[in-house]
Amino acid sequence: MIALGQFLEVLIGGLMSGVLYSLVALGFVLIFKASGVFNYAQGAMVLLAGLALVRALDLLIAQGFPFWAAIVLGIGFAAAIMATTAWLIERLVIGPLVNQDALTLFMSTIGVTFVLEGAAEMIFGSDVYPLRLFPTDAWFVFEGLFPGGILINKLDVWGALIAGILVAGLALFFQHTKTGRALRAVADDHLAAHSVGIPISWIWFVVWLVAGLVALVAATVWGTKLGVQFSITFLALKALPVLIIGGLTSIPGAIAGGLIVGAGEKIAEVFLGPSIGGGIEYWFAYVLALAVLLVRPQGLFGERIIERI
Amino acid sequence: MANIARNLLILAAAILSGAVFTAPAAAQNEQFIPILSYRTGPYAVNGAPYANGVADYYNLINERDGGINGVKLLVEECETSYATDKGVECYERLKSKGPTGAAFVNPLSTGITFALTEKTTADKIPIITMGYGRADSKNGAVFPYNFPFLGTYWSAADIAIQHVAKELGGFDKLKGKKISLLYHDSPYGKEPIPMLQVLAKKYGFEFTPIPVTHPGVEQKSQWLAIRQNRPDYVLVWGWGVMNSTAIKEAASVAYPRDKMIGVWWSGAEPDVTPAGDQATGYKSLMLQHGAGRFPVHADIEKYVYAKGKGSTEPGKVGEVLYNRGIVNAMLGVEAIRKAQEKFGQKPLTGEQVRWGLENLNLSDARLQELGFAGMLKPIRISCADHEGARDGRVQQWDGKGWKVISDWYTADEALIDPLVNEVSTKYAADKKLQPRDCTKES
Repeated sequence: MIALGQFLEVLIGGLMSGVLYSLVALGFVLIFKASGVFNYAQGAMVLLAGLALVRALDLLIAQGFPFWAAIVLGIGFAAAIMATTAWLIERLVIGPLVNQDALTLFMSTIGVTFVLEGAAEMIFGSDVYPLRLFPTDAWFVFEGLFPGGILINKLDVWGALIAGILVAGLALFFQHTKTGRALRAVADDHLAAHSVGIPISWIWFVVWLVAGLVALVAATVWGTKLGVQFSITFLALKALPVLIIGGLTSIPGAIAGGLIVGAGEKIAEVFLGPSIGGGIEYWFAYVLALAVLLVRPQGLFGERIIERI
Repeated sequence: MANIARNLLILAAAILSGAVFTAPAAAQNEQFIPILSYRTGPYAVNGAPYANGVADYYNLINERDGGINGVKLLVEECETSYATDKGVECYERLKSKGPTGAAFVNPLSTGITFALTEKTTADKIPIITMGYGRADSKNGAVFPYNFPFLGTYWSAADIAIQHVAKELGGFDKLKGKKISLLYHDSPYGKEPIPMLQVLAKKYGFEFTPIPVTHPGVEQKSQWLAIRQNRPDYVLVWGWGVMNSTAIKEAASVAYPRDKMIGVWWSGAEPDVTPAGDQATGYKSLMLQHGAGRFPVHADIEKYVYAKGKGSTEPGKVGEVLYNRGIVNAMLGVEAIRKAQEKFGQKPLTGEQVRWGLENLNLSDARLQELGFAGMLKPIRISCADHEGARDGRVQQWDGKGWKVISDWYTADEALIDPLVNEVSTKYAADKKLQPRDCTKES
């Protein structure tokens, strides 16, 4: 018999975890939406952003900077690194491959992944670097209703707040700014957009920069959760089922997909796992994704593509 | 930032020069030893300090002694990233290098060990798995080329339960208690389960294994289950990020850290420092040694680091995994030295080194000479016992460093050997192997 309190705790914990996956998935969506490129390197970008931030923070604090100043400067440094990375990727990888098919572009991002991972660890080091930007303890709510209450991790709440702000900010950016509208135009048809004077190179730099900044935001939360280290790149694999479920082109879809994956995998692991040996949450997320693929290949929130032949 | 600048310079120089790293050509009087390491990937934080210790000790032997009785060590690292396929690839590439092939191989991965066991036996190259690997390979009659020195996971499981019993006030107090095993869902993490099941049956505690999927970055489900089940102790069989994540998740569900006991691969500095204050009170087994500096470290500083040939930052010399690396390298070197007594002071084949490993006998006096006194107890290997020693202690993280909090425990062979014999005999039957008669081995 499953206790209601335990079920609610697992459900809420799963939803919160899912939002953290969404933070990584958002970067994928942004680049795919604007350029049709499935950016396999998003996990490596989170690692690079996190390492740049934490190493700068360590240095600045060691130099006697106040914590708030170190954070501002550290975030500025990491953002500059991500801007440089975006520029290099646009110049050296995506730009030269502009007319190649989607598979070629995807393969190029796999190459970018390995270069970013190797360069990030070589430049900034391969140790575990603790990052403590958010509280990591927990609240216990409804203690009167359920024995022991329901646990809610403060870091997860911060992650959800940040994801909400990000989604709102990105929606405003895409809908109400000139650059955002240009991004959408490029996403629809980059040759047509180019013909009406939209600078493709600039737009793609901007979108990789925005994805890099989203990676930086994800790194602040995941770095606080795990410490900044190589394993952060594995988050890309956690984001894949989120993208399949939510759709590759939808920012709200990334959030909804994250919620479904997070809640589904945690409930499966805790309540189904013990009867079949445990350790199922990793692949259970992909079972959910496959189920969605069979019913709605473009994802729950993705754009249905109709091509006339 | 100086380190970052230095790394940038190295990166730039490598790009500009198109530099590649190659092993020096082998001379005829060199003993080749491959190092299967992982300095990249999710387990690099633990793999790198271990590899640094191994590399520094081999360097020490060459720099201080001119090799082993004049036979220089020729070493080549191969990056496995802790992946079994890459580990096998590294082994195949390196096994025939040097004038006599690889002296032995040390994969630092139970998964790679399982994959290599039959290959190394066929190739007659010993596989040293100090503190890890197949627990049944303690039986050298069935596994002539496997050497799980100093302690298998079955010894570790028994030592952990001995310590729990001591904390509770006796083995009789284990009855009815709940003990969970939070394990890396891999051959490594699964290895202690059969022994813990034996122990649970003997002492009457409730045993619950809880798998964590590689690499272990997401453990919320497991810790929510632990929060509900409230085990009296949680044994942690993790590696890499899984360990620090386990400690952080334990803190978030308010599970007491001093009721967590990690295996000796879950008790190094990178396992606790990312968790900060939340790690205070966390305990782990010790594969005999812990952190700290001993006379051998002074030699390493004098003959390796003073010459600018060190593998890591001098401040990291003496950390737990670095020390494990030098212990592992020392046992291999001493086995070669032992084999030279029988086969001559020249590069030896893997088969000859196997004899040295099986006849290794390091007394207190010899450990003193080697500069390892205080790190290790005497060890004696034999055909029937490829483990050689099964002693351990328990250490606790106090927020700044590891403190030894227990006396020595010795794993109970009366409990372990029946399982070793059962599993190794089945292995021999499955593989149609004829176990050696250890009474006739010398």
